[in-house]
Amino acid sequence: MIPLSWYLILAAGLFSIGLFGVLVRRNAVAILLGVELMLNAVNINLVSFWRYGDVLKMTGQVFAIIVFAVAAAEVAVGLALVISVYRSRNTVIADELDMMKW
Amino acid sequence: MSAEQIIFLVVGVFTLLAGLMVVTTRNLIHAALWLVATLFGVAVLYTLLNAGFMAVVQVVVYIGAIAILFIFAVMLTRRDLRDRGPQMNRNWWAGALIALLTFAGLFFLLSGWGSASRVAGVIPSGFDAVGQLGEQLVSPQAYVLPFEVASVLLVAAMVGAVYTAFNRK
Repeated sequence: MIPLSWYLILAAGLFSIGLFGVLVRRNAVAILLGVELMLNAVNINLVSFWRYGDVLKMTGQVFAIIVFAVAAAEVAVGLALVISVYRSRNTVIADELDMMKW
Repeated sequence: MSAEQIIFLVVGVFTLLAGLMVVTTRNLIHAALWLVATLFGVAVLYTLLNAGFMAVVQVVVYIGAIAILFIFAVMLTRRDLRDRGPQMNRNWWAGALIALLTFAGLFFLLSGWGSASRVAGVIPSGFDAVGQLGEQLVSPQAYVLPFEVASVLLVAAMVGAVYTAFNRK
């Protein structure tokens, strides 16, 4: 049998990799890719807590499905923003998007 | 080691390596394809956790919709995504340090937590997880409110995305 900690450590690793991507990538689309990795790590945690807790209560899976919906909404709005910014500024490099900075 | 553990280790290492490729590859199309590989690995993990429905939803929603949306966005912003200039910013070492510290902190918390080594309980025979999940999602005693909020959120996101990306000419 697989102990619970294996899943949790794997999810922590995936979360840290996603965090690294969000912090260091210059391209806005690549930053959103990092956010997707972090959301997936959270989902692994939720589903494994469902499996290792009370299986008869579906709370973990329900939360994971809500996270799916939030991830889909996030990526749709985020990529629309990137495309819109690209149209007006002709760049998707996050450093160069400083219209709101003063 | 049981077969289950070997499958977990192989899939877990593959998922982590594919995740590393997502954040380090120069070519963004390749990064999006590595994301597909990572998502497949996570789907296999859901199967190992006896959550078959989650695995199917992972493949359909994440790989079928979100990853394809990423590839579309990469293509629509192609001119800047050519491999000119560094792909990471100047403070990449600080980002790596923060990520490593986060992982170390989580690992430390887990190693101090007593029930982290517990094993999964037995699923009672005849337990219909998918049916139970569907009932809970629409039952007023359970999660019908988050379910409806999620649908409102999806509609709002769709309207917002169309409005934001719309080309006014």
